[in-house]
Amino acid sequence: MKIVIPVDEKTLESDVCASFGRTPYFLIHDTETKESVFIDNSAAASTGGAGIKAAQTIVDNKANVLLAPRCGENAADVLKSADIKIFKTTSASAKGNIDDFIDGKLSLLDEIHAGFHGQVGN
Amino acid sequence: MRIAVLSGKGGTGKTLVSVNLAAVAKASTYIDCDVEEPNGHLFFKPKKVQYEEISVKIPKVNNELCNGCRKCVDFCKFNALAYIKNKLIVFDEVCHFCGGCIMLCPEKALTEEEKVIGKVQKGTSDEVTIYTGILNTGEASGIPIIKQLLAEKNLEANKQTFIDCPPGSACIVMESIKDADYCILVAEPTLFGVHNLNMVYELVKLFNKPSGVVLNKCLEEENPAEKFCLEKNIKILGRIPFDTNLGALNSNAEIAVSKNEKYQDMFSSLLKTVTKEVQHETTTNP
Amino acid sequence: MKQLLILSGKGGTGKTTIASAFIKLADAKAYADCDVDAPNLHLITGWNAEPEKIDYYGLPKAGINTELCIECNQCRQNCRFDAISIDKKYKVDPFACEGCGVCEAVCPVGAVSLKPAVAGELMLYANEGKVFSTAQLKMGSGTSGMLITEVKKQVKSAAVDAHLAIIDGSPGIGCPVIASLSGVDMVLIVAEPSISGISDMERIINTAAKFGTKTVVCINKYDTNIGNTEKIEEFCKKQGLAFMGRIPFDSGAVKAINNGQTIVDIDCASGTAVKTIYNKTMKLLFEGGGGLRS
Repeated sequence: MKIVIPVDEKTLESDVCASFGRTPYFLIHDTETKESVFIDNSAAASTGGAGIKAAQTIVDNKANVLLAPRCGENAADVLKSADIKIFKTTSASAKGNIDDFIDGKLSLLDEIHAGFHGQVGN
Repeated sequence: MRIAVLSGKGGTGKTLVSVNLAAVAKASTYIDCDVEEPNGHLFFKPKKVQYEEISVKIPKVNNELCNGCRKCVDFCKFNALAYIKNKLIVFDEVCHFCGGCIMLCPEKALTEEEKVIGKVQKGTSDEVTIYTGILNTGEASGIPIIKQLLAEKNLEANKQTFIDCPPGSACIVMESIKDADYCILVAEPTLFGVHNLNMVYELVKLFNKPSGVVLNKCLEEENPAEKFCLEKNIKILGRIPFDTNLGALNSNAEIAVSKNEKYQDMFSSLLKTVTKEVQHETTTNP
Repeated sequence: MKQLLILSGKGGTGKTTIASAFIKLADAKAYADCDVDAPNLHLITGWNAEPEKIDYYGLPKAGINTELCIECNQCRQNCRFDAISIDKKYKVDPFACEGCGVCEAVCPVGAVSLKPAVAGELMLYANEGKVFSTAQLKMGSGTSGMLITEVKKQVKSAAVDAHLAIIDGSPGIGCPVIASLSGVDMVLIVAEPSISGISDMERIINTAAKFGTKTVVCINKYDTNIGNTEKIEEFCKKQGLAFMGRIPFDSGAVKAINNGQTIVDIDCASGTAVKTIYNKTMKLLFEGGGGLRS
């Protein structure tokens, strides 16, 4: 399965990024091949709807599970439609969270916040 | 005659000035464009109230016609569309209602649906007609409401119209002053007040709007806002002294000119000055 | 690092006056001004150095190449924002343009294109372990939400050792406020005892509640209307919002601010009152506590 986690830097030692929608990168870890790849999050530069675009990106990259500290409702809606479950990260280390997830130590993220809809008409 | 009242900084007295000027002008129109936090209606307590819902057009998808080409998802600059498991999802709150996706869909799978984002309340108080714009909480932009508030049908030619603007100088303020004939800038005598007065002065200049300043909450000390006006050669329309009685009336949402002759005289005099200024401006710069 | 955001709903209640006092009392190493439309905090935080400035690009704006334009009017007809007009030639009003791209898509000759547009400027003051992040949105711009996110990102990444960040917010309940609420640990609402102030306070409390942010309240200029002050305190009790205290109206505050000082730099009634509120707020922020709506 493919585990996705938002990260601040393109390294395995990176911290988990506090934001899902505007994270600079995603780390995608394949539990079968044990390989990890990093992809850029183009949504970070969006003026609005970042959560939606970020979610679309990980769906397009065939993610099965997302590990994140929090998630807004728009992104959560996209992920729900794609049957991607969200688990709450518990520490700062991206690698630590992946290991914890594999060991079954993480629980589902159930507080979805209403989002920061950063759009404004001009 | 459309007079916009703005300030840059919040809390300087836009509503105090616009409400009292409208009240003292008697047969006038008061329009509250501060749709996020409208307050004028709290003072007027309008009667014979009618509501008009304001809605925007949101795309709606017919999934049977959609073939998953994702042209709409790729086009949308606001990320309001997502294509997941062969279904198109539309995110209303992020949509800017530009109509682009509907236009571009090669299968005609997208149509428009109305979504209510707020309302315009119309009422009267004595001879004043009051229009209040109210944005629903959670909605991000009040621009469509302001567009409706300032529609031609609300602006009667021979009545004086006072437009109470939102604070700041962002897009929502620009929308409020777009069709104004004159702008009254309300300034308070503080460092912050002058900083923001400067911003909003630049804004009205950019829009080529004639303007003047009302100095509010004036104390005996040197007034940095007054200094600014003198330096920039900006017309000072009037000075409202710092007055705890006026403050108390205002904090209880009472219209000062109706409660005390002193304030009636003060605002009548201000109205006269403003009217003269506006007439002068419209004859010299039509 | 704990983040405290100061909001009000209504403008002019005293957010910046109180934020600056808190910054002084905490000797805060990290603070930010998220009122990007009308930033004021830099006027009393006494930085002498010039900040590092970065252009902020907001929504791209459309531009028409009049040499390619065949005046077919497709762009103007299809623009939902009335941003295209004819003044001898076709042109786009950059203030009305929302960067949607419809004009670019419908133009048969490729005369319209979207170009990045500077919508503001990010500023970072940094010296001796202290950082101050602020920004100025260009007049008439939208997209303040994203700029605010940048301001907060800036303070977070620049403040390495700080355990507290104080954020001065903006008035209103719309997008700029919503963007400021992201990731903060607590919101302090500065209320004003007027009917307008109460109405606006209720709307901002509703907005903060939608994001599940811990909210506490204080009243500024409380003695301008004791009746309304009591109403606000009653409201807080009913809603389960912790009440931090009252600050009297104080002409000394105006004097201090106009001198570029905070109210705790001089000896005045509001300064004394804000110290109590500061202590109570910090205790709750760092030690937590019951009776708060979360």
